[in-house]
Order: sequence, then structure tokens, then C-alpha cells
Amino acid sequence: MANADLVVIEGSNMAEAHPVGFQWVMEAKKRGAKVIHIDPRFTRTSANADRHIAIRAGTDIVLLGAVIRHVLENELYFKEYVQAYTNASTIIAEDYADTEDLDGLFSGYDPETGTYDNSSWSYDGPQDRLDRGLPERDETMQHPRSVLQILRRHYARYTPELVEATCGISREEFEYLADAVAENSGRDRTTVFAYALGWTQHQGGPQMIRTASVLQLLMGNIGRPGGGVMALRGHATIQGSTDIPTLYHILPGYLPMPKVGQDDFHEFTRAIGKKEQKGYWANAENYTTSLLKAWWGDAATAENDFGYHYLPKLTGAHGTYQTTMRMNEGGVDGYFLYGQNPAVGSANGRLQRKGMAQLKWMVVRDFYMIESATFWKDGPEIESGELRTEEIGTEMFFLPAANHTEKAGSFTQTQRMVQWRDQAVHPPGDAQSDLQFTYELGKRVREKLKDSTDERDRPILELTWDYPTDENGEPDAEAVLAEINGRHLSGEKAGQPLSSFNEMKADGSTDGGCWIYAGVYADGVNQARRRTPGSEQDEIAAEWGWAWPANRRILYNRASADPQGRPWSERKKLVWWDEEAGRWTGDDVPDFPITKRPDDPGDPDAGGAAALAGNDAFTMQADGRGWLFGATGMVDGPLPTHYEAPESNVRNPLYTQQSNPTRVTFIDEDNLSSPGAMGEGGSVYPHVFTTYRITEHHTAGGMSRFLPYLVELQPQMYCEVSPELAEEAGLEPYGWATIISARSAIEAKVLVTERMKPIRTGDSTVHQIGMPFHFGRGHEAIVQGDGANDLIGMNLDANVQIQNSKNNSCAIRPGRRPRGPALRELVDDYRRRAGILPAEQAQVDGGGVDPVGGGPVDGFSPASVRGPLEAGAVPDNNPSMKELDNR
Amino acid sequence: MTLLSGPEGPAASTGWGHDQPRKGFFTDTSICIGCKACEVACKEWNRNPTDGDLQILGQSYDNTGELGANTWRHVAFVEQGQERIEQARESGRKLVSLGMPGIGPKSGGRRGDLPEGDLAGVDTTPPDTPEFRWLMSSDVCKHCTNAGCLDVCPTGAIYRSEFGSVVVQPDVCNGCGTCVAACPFGVIERRDDGTFTTGAGGTDEVPDQGTAKKCTLCHDRLVDGQEPACSATCPTQSIRFGDHEELVGDAQERVQQLHDRGMTEARLYGANANDGVGGTGSVFLLLDEPEVYGLPPDPQVSTKFLPQMFAKVGIAAAGMATVAALSFLGGRR
Repeated sequence: MANADLVVIEGSNMAEAHPVGFQWVMEAKKRGAKVIHIDPRFTRTSANADRHIAIRAGTDIVLLGAVIRHVLENELYFKEYVQAYTNASTIIAEDYADTEDLDGLFSGYDPETGTYDNSSWSYDGPQDRLDRGLPERDETMQHPRSVLQILRRHYARYTPELVEATCGISREEFEYLADAVAENSGRDRTTVFAYALGWTQHQGGPQMIRTASVLQLLMGNIGRPGGGVMALRGHATIQGSTDIPTLYHILPGYLPMPKVGQDDFHEFTRAIGKKEQKGYWANAENYTTSLLKAWWGDAATAENDFGYHYLPKLTGAHGTYQTTMRMNEGGVDGYFLYGQNPAVGSANGRLQRKGMAQLKWMVVRDFYMIESATFWKDGPEIESGELRTEEIGTEMFFLPAANHTEKAGSFTQTQRMVQWRDQAVHPPGDAQSDLQFTYELGKRVREKLKDSTDERDRPILELTWDYPTDENGEPDAEAVLAEINGRHLSGEKAGQPLSSFNEMKADGSTDGGCWIYAGVYADGVNQARRRTPGSEQDEIAAEWGWAWPANRRILYNRASADPQGRPWSERKKLVWWDEEAGRWTGDDVPDFPITKRPDDPGDPDAGGAAALAGNDAFTMQADGRGWLFGATGMVDGPLPTHYEAPESNVRNPLYTQQSNPTRVTFIDEDNLSSPGAMGEGGSVYPHVFTTYRITEHHTAGGMSRFLPYLVELQPQMYCEVSPELAEEAGLEPYGWATIISARSAIEAKVLVTERMKPIRTGDSTVHQIGMPFHFGRGHEAIVQGDGANDLIGMNLDANVQIQNSKNNSCAIRPGRRPRGPALRELVDDYRRRAGILPAEQAQVDGGGVDPVGGGPVDGFSPASVRGPLEAGAVPDNNPSMKELDNR
Repeated sequence: MTLLSGPEGPAASTGWGHDQPRKGFFTDTSICIGCKACEVACKEWNRNPTDGDLQILGQSYDNTGELGANTWRHVAFVEQGQERIEQARESGRKLVSLGMPGIGPKSGGRRGDLPEGDLAGVDTTPPDTPEFRWLMSSDVCKHCTNAGCLDVCPTGAIYRSEFGSVVVQPDVCNGCGTCVAACPFGVIERRDDGTFTTGAGGTDEVPDQGTAKKCTLCHDRLVDGQEPACSATCPTQSIRFGDHEELVGDAQERVQQLHDRGMTEARLYGANANDGVGGTGSVFLLLDEPEVYGLPPDPQVSTKFLPQMFAKVGIAAAGMATVAALSFLGGRR
């Protein structure tokens, strides 16, 4: 980021949420870069930016779509880069229809299921050529079905006038942004985008990120110093916990989790990457086999498909919210919380707590008695009388956890850099690391099962589960890292660590727990533990930690050179072709087959890296190109399109289709939504609220509300409102306000500040209210306060099953909220006025076709589910845990 | 004697010799992001109790209020509209055109010299954030060249360290509180109760109850060759620690840089050795008048006139003694 000439921070409050990373923005600024912050609120990030542009929450695709239109219409995009490195010239299949043709829908939509069949979004050309990443192209990019022309048409109506009327951003502000992006891109200059949860946590959030990617590709800002789209993560090593995931739908290294019906191992790996396709996914079988060998060791053989059939197969979405709904229906027995506090940190806190009250048992591993450990005695539902302690059957176990200074391990940050930390002190008392706890738990489960002959226990009994431990029983974390890195299992190198994922084999002669991490333990050395100071090496600092893959600091850096292999400019040189040496060279580790010439045509019959042409810079893509048009990968469309949030009181100015047609919601009387602009009752919840974090606190407060030094810095729950809204609603500065949504009502202190600005959209005004989500109700923390997440519904994005926390509707009034049963009466009173109360709107509850409580009535019901079995799942007729006796 | 006057280096003046350069802070508020990490690091290192009653204070994002016995770094948050920004730019520009000491390029001159060259030709187009701004500034003990607290301390508990900083020895301080009134910045304060309780019910012992407390420039870290906790923690180098003279030079350069970019509101605070406290060990770059940040615009050490007062008191005493002697002489007669 320090190398950027323009830093656009949008959907992120980087200075507050990532203060350490923000030093590189300040460094860029010091070197003369311009910093623009686009956010509904003026924050500490805005205070350090050259300019803050206030935006109406959830309209980012309109804004960036208009910048895309601006650079296309005025021919300001980086033509040479776009032509060579993106799929702009690729021809799309004839039966593809755009949202411009279908009034807000792409071709292939099924209103019954609320999902798309994406077969019409494909490239044009004969299938065997498509399989080899060789679609039809028109290098002039003039063909009406070429991606560039489709893009042009798709964003033709995303004009500065639309931006003004939709985002509340003036023409002057828009031009400032568009000019800055155009002026700071090209051969000699680069622009970087940074985003965080302000983009992620929308229904349609992933498409906001895609919009930035499309713009950055058009401007030639990917794979180059000071370019890219920085994904600022939710907290330490969130990157690491997607690489080696704590997610239900992927395996380590972004291999997908198999689904029910995927019974053939080779078909499964072929679905990840075909052997004849271009780039490194062609080796998917090598990666998958090595993973299975790491898990099941000698028990993984070619005969049993390396244990592939031991893997559970998905029956549908099993995200945290599907699990919550299932808990509420009594379908979950036990629950482990490892450093998570859903009573405070997850959407619809009330349903979270009511769900946990339905469990048989629950284990909380944390530093303190967080709200999720005490909801049964001091949660908000105890206060309101909805739950009674003596009626909650959940058996609670609280196990103290070691913190990051008390255990060794790694953090992977947003640049994919793995940084090792050593144990500084021993954990106090009974506190244990997660590693030790999990290892010990596994050993005990295996001990209990050791005489079992049941087939279903074999995956557990045959696991490799043998880490060396120290005198305190703590497993050696480096041994785990070595397993992740992988080893040669046979041949002359048997026992040696892998040095790269290119050494992985599909015949079972290698193992490796996460293919992209291969090399982190090369030569038997913990490469992540390298700490050569910045003063003793160049700016790339290759000897500090280790970045996956292959210690490469900038992905796709082949694109930092022109098609002929020369740096685009002296100022932005990074990796280039050395004709004399006959290899790629530069400051970073080249992201390209090292001796493949820039003019190499590629060998289409070889598949994999050999099939890449010398200018196929995007080495992971099946066609070697950066994707402006995403034929696969996104379930809600190949191009980002603006939809209003389901609770938005603004009508979609572009399409009849008001909201994202693939959005997921749970139809439940405790998970109602305002109808927004699509129903009469929307005006009952007239304002937008958006939640966020602040520097002084950490997520759900488990690591901050129990610490006196942090608590004194921000001791109380508050909301931020503009002077205009304060005047309108009668709010006193630093007095109390009650905020009411279709889910619940909370109270907060009022910060009246000019940092919040009313947004003018057309002829109406939208007031936005900001609230930190760090507070919760429980008597153990030093301070408590109402939780903002109680206001938020479980309404999810279909791509990633993340909740919409950033753009919901509410009412606000002065004074504290009612106590006891009167709280629910207040919430119901507003629901009644909005016409969404289930008891009075029979069609809402369950089978009705008209989901009034599920968001806008726009002819397309959201993909509504009551339980996980309906979440696009294939029913498997297996008994649930609840129905099985505990053995 | 030079304790009470004179701009010589304070450590040297107190007999430490010249081998140890004076240490201090340069706090550049133009790059402060208001993260308060300095406050937390300071309290962690010095084991200071929390302040306040855990209620929102009503000062934007500031909930610790001011420097005191328990808070030795304090971040102020100031929200300002367009009019005030323009006023700040104007007043800062005047400081330059009047040739106020403390501003100007480092090269070719000692600190305090007038700025070089004609600034009339400099492009002073204001930068891009014109409508609104949010100032953040981390305040700390100034470690004055002429320190009022040190001058008045009757027990010798407050001393000038080998680093030129002003430090209280808690085992010597008797809690008389004279220093509290003598500090022109309102920094030093006597610690009274201030116990804090964690949610788990444990009570941490509060050290040094009843004695005067303030920033020590992390003396206990400096003697081990480490820098103070706050500057070590600051993620943006808004707080820098180092040799005072060098920092003042850098600070002057930074002001010039900002003025060249049109941010004429930038000015230094405490960098003038001829001010009422002889300059301060902690130097600040501010973006508005000192009062906006809660700093006195023209601090004067309370003991500034003490030598003259002593002289006059001496003359008066001598006179009275003479009269008394004379009266005895007369009585003998």
C-alpha cells in the first residue's frame, strides 16, 4: 500500500479497525499519495484522508459502476493491460441475457428456488477448446458479445446523475473520485482499494468487492506494486482461518467440501480443476490427495481413494445461522464455542440466545465468562421474562483458554503473510491452548471409540493424531506447521519437507495439509519465523515471515510487466523477463513458470502450467486471464449489479427487481423484516442503521470489555446521529435514545455529531445511524450495554452466507427502552403498525407465498428457509443427532 | 541556581554533564489517528489505575478527559467545521509571516532562528478536506526546561534526570501538593484513591497512593536503553522519541512541509526556548491554536520571578535585620 499513488478506502474504517496496517496508508500519504475515504460516517480514517465522501449505505455498486462507465466511455482504462491480461476480448455465449435485458435479472433465474442456473453465462466456443481455456476472442474487443461491450452496456445507465440521486454523492465529489482513479492508474502510477466488513456484510456484499476488482482490472492495477484490492480482515488471522478453514463449505487451500452425490473421487477433483485446463488448478488432484494423506496417513490408499469417502458430504448450507435456526428447533445437542461470542457478536442476538437455551450441552472456551457463557442467568431474555433460568436445560462447561502470548502458533494476515509467534509466558491456571484442548479431546474420543467396529467411527480412528507434546502436554505447533507444509513419503526424498506445491503428487507419495502453504517449512525450517528487520533488506522484505504461495508478496505479478515482459515503467517495476538469463526475475518471487518466455504460445495439449501462454498472467484462472466477467464463481450474477437492501426505503432506481433475487432469509416470527420501499409499513422504520467496530474494543467485547484500560476509553454503548436527525427526533446530546427495528429494541447514549450527514437522495432525505456492536448484556464484564446485533436479522448473502449488518432499517426515539415484558410490547407495537406482525398476518408464518416479513414484495420471494434441510439441501433421510442416542 | 532560570540544557545545568543529550518527544498531531494505544501502553507499563466512572464523558471520543495522576498520555478529540478551519489556517499563516520562532527549515540555522527565504511565493492552496475535520492529539507532560513542579518541590522528590526529563520519586514525595499548583500546564496531580475493580471481583493494589504522579518519560525503560512505552506503541509514528534537538529540527521541517502543502494551520508548540518555560522537552505540532487542544497559549513557569523575589525578599530581610540590629544597638545605649 505504501507504493500506491491513490488509496481508496471504501467499506472500511481502516484507521480504527486496522491501526497497525494503516501506518502504510500514512506512509503512502507521506510519499505523496492521495487518500480518499468513502463511508456513511466521517471516522478516524476520514480524519486522516485527503477527502471523505459520504455515501448512502449499500450503494457502492452504483458509485463504482459509474466510475467503470466513466473510464470506459472516456477511454481512460489501461487498454494494453486489459487487452492482454483480462477476459475483455472473450466472447460470451449467445443465450446470455444481462440485467439490462431482463430488468434486474440475469438469464437462468428460477423464481421457485431463488437461484440461478449459470450455464448461459459461459464463454463461447467449442467445449473441448473451452476446457483448455481457449474460448472465442475478438482482440479488438468490438464484438457485441465481447466482455468489454457487455460491460459497457451493463453500466451504461450508471451515470453521475444516478450516483447523485442514489448514493447522495454530488457531481463534484464523483468527478473528484473518478479523476483521481484515472489519473493515478496506468503505466507509471497505481491505485489501491481497501475494504473490510463494510462491504462484506451486505446481501450482495461479495459483488461490491467484485466491482472494485473489475475497476482495478480495467485500470491495470492488479499484480503491480501499489495496486490490488486489500481485503482487511475481521481480526487476527481471519485470512489464516479461511486458508485452513473454520468454514463448512471448503477444505484447506480452498478445495471445496464435497456435496452429497459426489461419490466419485476423480470426478470430484475434476470438478475443482480439469487436467487439461490452464494454470495451477489443473493439479487439483495432487493437492486433494496430499491433504487426504496428511489426515489419514497409511490408511489413505489408492484403493480407498485416499480416504475421500471418510469426508462428510454437504447436504446444503450449514453456516452458523442455519445452525442457529436448527438449535431453535431443538435439532442440535451440543455446541463448542472457541473464542466466539454469538450472544453479542452474531446477528439476531435474541435468536442466538434462545437457540443456545435449547441445547443439551455447550462448551465455552474463552478468557472470561463472556455473555454466551452466562446468557442463562443474566441475558436480556431473563430480564424480559422470555426465558427462565430454571427452565433452561443446557449444561454449560466453561474452559479457560490461553491467549496468543501464551501459546506458539501463526497469524496469517491480509497480504497472505504467515507470521510465527513464540510462546512468551505459560498460560495461567487451567488455561490451555486451543491446540492442546483439541488434541486432548481427539485423543479421548479415540480412546472411547477404540474398540468400535462401526464403519462411521473409522475416519476418527484412522486419523493421524500423534503430535509431540512438551512436559505440560502442549503439542508442538511447529509439528502441525510441518504437517501443513507436507512431506515426501517415498522415494529418495522420503521424509523430507516439500519445498513447493509443485512437488505434490496424486499417487500418494506426498502429503500436505494445505497445498498453498507448501514451502512454509521448506528445508525443515520454519520460514514463517524469519524476522530479518526491514532495515536489513529491501522493501519487499522477503525475509520477514513467509507469504503463500511460494513466499510471493504480490499475486499475479507477471502483470507488473508488459506482454513483452518489460516493466510497464521504471517507477512501477517489480518482475520482468531477463532475456540473457532466459528467466523471469525481479524484486518479488515471479508468479509465472520461471523460464516460460513472454512470447511462448503455450501448449494447449499439456494442460496446467505448460498450457499457459507467455502472457497468461493470471495463472490460477482456467483461461489465464483476469475476469471482468465472472462466468462461474458467483451465484448471483457474472457482473455486479445494484440492488437495494431488503429493508431499504428507497426504490431501486435501475430495475423493477428491488433486492438481490438470490438473498437468503429465515422466515420466522423472531426474524421479521421491514418491507422497506415495497410496502406501506416501511415508513415505520424510516432510518438506516449501520454497525461497526471502534479502536478501543474488540469484536463482541470478550477481549476488551473485561479490561479496565480499554473499558475506560469507551465505557458505554452509543449511537451516532447527525444534528438534523437529533433535531427531528428530539434527541439530546449524550442523553439516551431507543432504537427499534423489526427484530428488537435497544438503548444507547446519543453522540450528536456533524460527522454524520443526512443523505439527500432525489427529493427525500435518508438519515443514517451508526452503532458499535461491541456491547452486550451480562454481569461479568466491567461494562455492559445493549447489543446492536439484537437489532439485526438473519438475512444472508447467497454466495457466502454472511449476514447483512451494514444496511438495515430502524426507528429512533428519545429516552431509555422499557424494561421487562414491556420491551417486547414496544417491538410488537412497531411491527403491528408496519403490518408485519405474524399473528395478524397469517401468510407470513411458514408456508405462505407472500413473505411480508421477509423483505420487499417484488414478485420474487427470497430464498426462504425454515431449517437447514430446506437450505437448498438434498434430504438424506439420515436421523439427526437429536434422534440418535448418545452412545 | 540555573534551575530557576536560563535556557541552558537542563540536564547539564543540574550537574549531569553534557555526555547525555536531552531526550524528549515530538508529537505530530497531523498524523495522529486517535487510536489511544499510547494511553493504554502508558497505563500498562506504569501500572496506573483507570480514571473516571465509566460513563461517556461528552467530549466526542474522549472519555478520559485530561492528564492527571493516573492518565499520563491523553488523546483529545476536537470536531471542527469549516469556519474554524479557515481561522486556524489564517492564524498559522500569520505565525509564519511574523517570523515567529520555532518555525522554519532545519537547514542553515539553529532552532529558534527565523525561517529562511520568502514564503510569499509558496503555493498555499488549501488541501482537500475543507468542510469538516476531526483533530486528534496525544498530550503528555512537557518536561519543561524550567520546570515549575521541580522548582517548588520542598522535599527534593522531583528531580531532573540524566535524560533531561522531570521525574517524581514516589518514595520521597510526601504528598504536599505544592507542585500541583506550580505546573503551568495542569499536568501533575496527586493520586488519591483511584482503586479499580475488575469484573471478576479482584482488586488490584494501587501503588503510590497520595503522592504526586505524572509522566516519567519512562525513566525505567530509558535506563535499559528502551524508548518510552507510548512512542514504542504508536502505529503511525505520531509520537516520536529521541534527542530533543534533533526532534525539534524535524518538527520545524515538518511544519514547513505542511505549509508548503497549504496547511498553514500547522504550528509548533513548546519548541521555542524563549517561551515562559524555556521551551519544553515534549514538542507538539498542532493544527490549531493551543487552546483548542486544552493547552495554555503562553505558559509561564510559576517560579520565573522567584530570583527577583528572592533578591527583593533578601533586601527587605537585610533591611529589617538592620533595623532590628539598630534597635538593639539603641537599647544598649
